Amino acid sequence: METRELTCIRCPIGCHITVTLENGEVQSVTGNSCPRGEEYASNEVTHPMRTVTSLVRLKNGKRPVVSVKTQSDVPREKMMDVVKALKEIELTAPVKIGDIAAENVAGTGVNVIVTSNDD
Amino acid sequence: MADRKAELIIIGGGPAGLAAAASARKEGLQDILILERDTRLGGILNQCIHNGFGLHTFKEELTGPEYAARFIKQIEDEKIPYMLDTMVIDISEGEGGIKIVTAMNPKEGLFTIEGKAVILAMGCRERPRGALNIPGYRPAGIYSAGTAQYYVNIEGRMPGKKVVILGSGDIGLIMARRMTYEGAKVLCVAELQPYSGGLKRNIVQCLDDFDIPLLLSHTVVDIKGKKRVEGVTIAEVDENRKPIPGTEVFYECDTLLLSCGLIPENELSNKLGVKMNPVTNGAFVNESLETSVPGVFACGNVLHVHDLVDYVSGEASLAGKNAAAYIRGESGSDGYLINIKTENGVRYSVPTTVRTGNMPDTLTVRFRVGNEYRDTNLAVYLDGKQLMKLPKRVMAPGEMEQIILVKAKVNEILKDSDVSEHEIVIRVED
Repeated sequence: METRELTCIRCPIGCHITVTLENGEVQSVTGNSCPRGEEYASNEVTHPMRTVTSLVRLKNGKRPVVSVKTQSDVPREKMMDVVKALKEIELTAPVKIGDIAAENVAGTGVNVIVTSNDD
Repeated sequence: MADRKAELIIIGGGPAGLAAAASARKEGLQDILILERDTRLGGILNQCIHNGFGLHTFKEELTGPEYAARFIKQIEDEKIPYMLDTMVIDISEGEGGIKIVTAMNPKEGLFTIEGKAVILAMGCRERPRGALNIPGYRPAGIYSAGTAQYYVNIEGRMPGKKVVILGSGDIGLIMARRMTYEGAKVLCVAELQPYSGGLKRNIVQCLDDFDIPLLLSHTVVDIKGKKRVEGVTIAEVDENRKPIPGTEVFYECDTLLLSCGLIPENELSNKLGVKMNPVTNGAFVNESLETSVPGVFACGNVLHVHDLVDYVSGEASLAGKNAAAYIRGESGSDGYLINIKTENGVRYSVPTTVRTGNMPDTLTVRFRVGNEYRDTNLAVYLDGKQLMKLPKRVMAPGEMEQIILVKAKVNEILKDSDVSEHEIVIRVED
């Protein structure tokens, strides 16, 4: 039996979570204060996932860049691939929150959406 | 005679000001004016493009700009007036306690606004290099973390390529990841204290994920470079925060980011004569978030620096609601006065006084501890009687704590008391 101590990153509360594993299989998750924490901890010890937040360039906007995020989590080891792919993207204003900036970014199957308005 | 009038004047259009305005309107208050010095509403959230905002308020995980947009929409939908590009330079009291706000903007020049109540929602500022006493030259390449965040996230410019970060405040941690995403090499984060100033989650996802070392009990003792930063020397510090000779390590870099604390921006409050808490650098407030000047309320980071914008919004909503009640002339009977005292590891509380006549059914009291504590308890006493004892696995200065005072329980202890002043003590206990 293996025990792993984690700090949950699903929200800024940062619950201290204890996961017990047996042969790489999650046996129990304790210390979380919401279901998101349980999901995070189970993923974290088997296949860590992260939301990526970054920028893409923006043409004709009030500002030269606009913020974006992956619509859901991507595998942690893919983070830098996602960021690299975003550097190739240029949107044209107006853009609004929720607009799709990129589909299936870096082959993750996850879309990237705009998180600021620039009109 | 003032140039303008508004019943409620809100100074600052960031998360605190927006939530305060929306809440005051919900209470039926029509005549509200928000004054914002930036060119758009939203405050610091506009440059906080990372996620983690809104889990309490909206039950979903948003980025800063998305969180701000939710509140801005409420302001627009409710047609609450606001002025942008407008800098408030003075607040004073006139006859009968009316508030006179002096402001200026490029269109109207200098003007005054007369109001019945004011909400202070000016937020906070970063502690600058000048306040840190770091020896060395003053070359280009030294930025506060928030300034670097503005350059990168709003202006799309990179401040440097090889970065050392001094201070483990949340903005510094977030910027370690941002700069890495944008192609910079972040060498390390040095923290003077033996514990982190930021949230644990940010150490996990902004440093650990990218193998960026966090050097606790370390500080920058020298900055090399005359025109541009060429490197910094970092040394370990002893328990008195003094550099230990012989531990110096030179890091070659072109950029030094500072994330060494946030200071509430209270120049206006000071000019008005609001009584300030030397621990928080924010105003002393009562249960209604009202300062020592009647009709002047404070909320958000100008009151005390928060970790979570959700808590700012909650606090600001309360300030908005209470300001509306003040304007309606409803500030109930005062009842008993309770002074909240913090000791044995608890550094401060907000609020510091409670008038039981104005106390809501449940009152949230927020505070920070001064050190890292493991497996201890938070104990709360009213006139020596224990109100609660909460077991705490971990408490740290970087994470704000809170307790909920229940009015019914407080009244039960105080009922029939013929003493008007009482005391609540919050402390760390084994």
